[in-house]
Amino acid sequence: MKRIVIIGATSSIAEHCARCWIQKAPVDLVLVGRNKEKTEHVAMDLRVRSPQSTVVSMQIDFLDPIHIKQLADDLEKEAAIDIVLIAHGVLPDQSRCQTDLVHCEEALLVNAVSPVLFSEGFAASMQKAGHGTLAIIGSVAGDRGRKSNYTYGAAKGLVARFAEGLQHRLAGTPVNVVLIKPGPTDTPMTAHMTSQSGRLASASEVAKQIVSGIDKGKPVIYTPAKWALIMWVVRCLPRWVFNRINI
Amino acid sequence: MVKVFSWGRLEGAESDAHSLHQRGDVSRVIQRTGSGIAHGMGRSYGDACLNPACVIWKTAGLDHFIRWDEETGRLICEAGVLLRDIQRLMIPRGWMLPVTPGTQLVTVGGAIANDVHGKNHHVLGSFGDHVKGVTLCRTNGDVIECGPDHQSDWFKATVGGVGLTGVIVTADIQLRRVAGPWLEAETIPYSDIDEFFQLADASESAWEHTVSWIDCLSLKGRGLFMRANPIDKKERLISFPRQKKIPFVLPISFVNSFSLKPFNAAYFYLKKRQKGLSIASIESFSCPLDHILEWNRLYGPNGFFQYQSVVPRADALNTINRMRREIRAAGQGSFLAVLKTFGKKAPLGFLSFPQPNGVTLALDFPNKGKTTLALFERLDAIVHDAGGRIYLAKDACQSRDLFVSGYPKLEQFLSFRDPGISSQLSRRLMGY
Repeated sequence: MKRIVIIGATSSIAEHCARCWIQKAPVDLVLVGRNKEKTEHVAMDLRVRSPQSTVVSMQIDFLDPIHIKQLADDLEKEAAIDIVLIAHGVLPDQSRCQTDLVHCEEALLVNAVSPVLFSEGFAASMQKAGHGTLAIIGSVAGDRGRKSNYTYGAAKGLVARFAEGLQHRLAGTPVNVVLIKPGPTDTPMTAHMTSQSGRLASASEVAKQIVSGIDKGKPVIYTPAKWALIMWVVRCLPRWVFNRINI
Repeated sequence: MVKVFSWGRLEGAESDAHSLHQRGDVSRVIQRTGSGIAHGMGRSYGDACLNPACVIWKTAGLDHFIRWDEETGRLICEAGVLLRDIQRLMIPRGWMLPVTPGTQLVTVGGAIANDVHGKNHHVLGSFGDHVKGVTLCRTNGDVIECGPDHQSDWFKATVGGVGLTGVIVTADIQLRRVAGPWLEAETIPYSDIDEFFQLADASESAWEHTVSWIDCLSLKGRGLFMRANPIDKKERLISFPRQKKIPFVLPISFVNSFSLKPFNAAYFYLKKRQKGLSIASIESFSCPLDHILEWNRLYGPNGFFQYQSVVPRADALNTINRMRREIRAAGQGSFLAVLKTFGKKAPLGFLSFPQPNGVTLALDFPNKGKTTLALFERLDAIVHDAGGRIYLAKDACQSRDLFVSGYPKLEQFLSFRDPGISSQLSRRLMGY
């Protein structure tokens, strides 16, 4: 049985990834969340879907480096981890970030600092074990700062640069690092921008692509794939053009 | 504000949409947002799931299973779980939902709130007959656990109650043991309504599923009678067909006066040639249209109505023929037309649709504005005379009179309504 650890397991994308994995074959799943009850709800669901899998849920403070390090070491010690998926995040209100610096700080901590702490913790224990894939969810928003959500974009950009460095460091080792960049996806995080026109990708579609991308060990996964092209164009736009666009 | 459609795609309703994702948060959200209505997959055809300029609570995110007992077949899950997901998970384990409607792409909550029925109604009743309990969140903060054996009046109001008694958060469902998804199905052409009734009467005791397709434009009411029984075919692999999708709303309705007649005739003669026994999966027998996602786009930008009525059996031959004549004279209707007899069991809910031993006729009509509505008025009069009723899950335009006469337990129902919940349908038919 594959052993998979999911950080931020109540996130919609993470949950659908878990459903994909257990649908393929029974797995040994460790779900880590901020909220004990909600994480356990996800675990209960997965146990009904796959009675042969073992699913445990645990709660942790996402900004506590000591405990994060401890968790990574303990879980690796229990049994070798095949995949760690770091999936948590919040979409802050950009205009509020500009005036309410507490909100701004929170957004940066949860979306940037926390994923880095988890990644560093698990990278060390996986490197020691000489085995495993570390998958981190970034965002297309991290590819270029835009006025409509640059605080979130900056946090995700930090994650992207971090993942790049980690890939560089672990190149040539058996440990794989995968950076996932979903486009806008239909999740609770984007509930306020949900419309029925179908502009948002479904979490289950995105999850399917993430799971298959992790299997293949791709270094960067844009999902849905069209975002690779869209973001390439966005990155290439000269500043004098970009600054006139309302995005 | 986002534009929300029901399945008929008649007119979108701009609504303030709130997604429900955590069962623990439902009570808090619905107390905070102001008056709304739960909206699952938006598969009801008319306005039961719409709330223009007001709040809708989207329940599709409440899609967690909670508990499964392999020994007893009892499943507890959140109300946003799709019937299809239950079937696909449980059929390989030897269990399935006893009742599914013509589409499995509906939520458990929607199936309860509309007390949906299937092609096996004469054997197994409707969806609510297999629900052992629901958790209902009310907008005043109350949480009510009800079922057939506890707080049963709340349960009777909620089953078939089109979402108006509270938001269904979880449900406890009794599944049924099955050998697999396979059915042995038989297709028998019939040439008039009288023959349909003979076939229905002859089939009900020995066949678990019965339904018929009727050519709504034919002179005598020809059609195809389909009946099926579960069959043990363990050697066959369970597979799920690929879904195709209608990619956009067609600029004009695919179903129109030019296409309908030849289409119906072609279908009848094609199927007539294939009459006899065959093996089908429950998905393809019960829900053939589920393989074509968003098929409602075929009706073009104006959308369509589904008119589904039930009338008592005593005078049904006459009543159905009167309705057929009106439809034929109007030259309207669609390829999708279904005639079925219900079983003798009275439904549980105060507002449940099936009438014991009733005969139900369901037809799609492309929306042609006034001419379609005028036809419905004539059909409503026939249903009213016959002592029948219109299915709320399909309804977009019946009159309040017909609603009141068709649902004699309405008074009992009203005292269970949640004052903080209303829909376009409830305002149209019940005043608020």
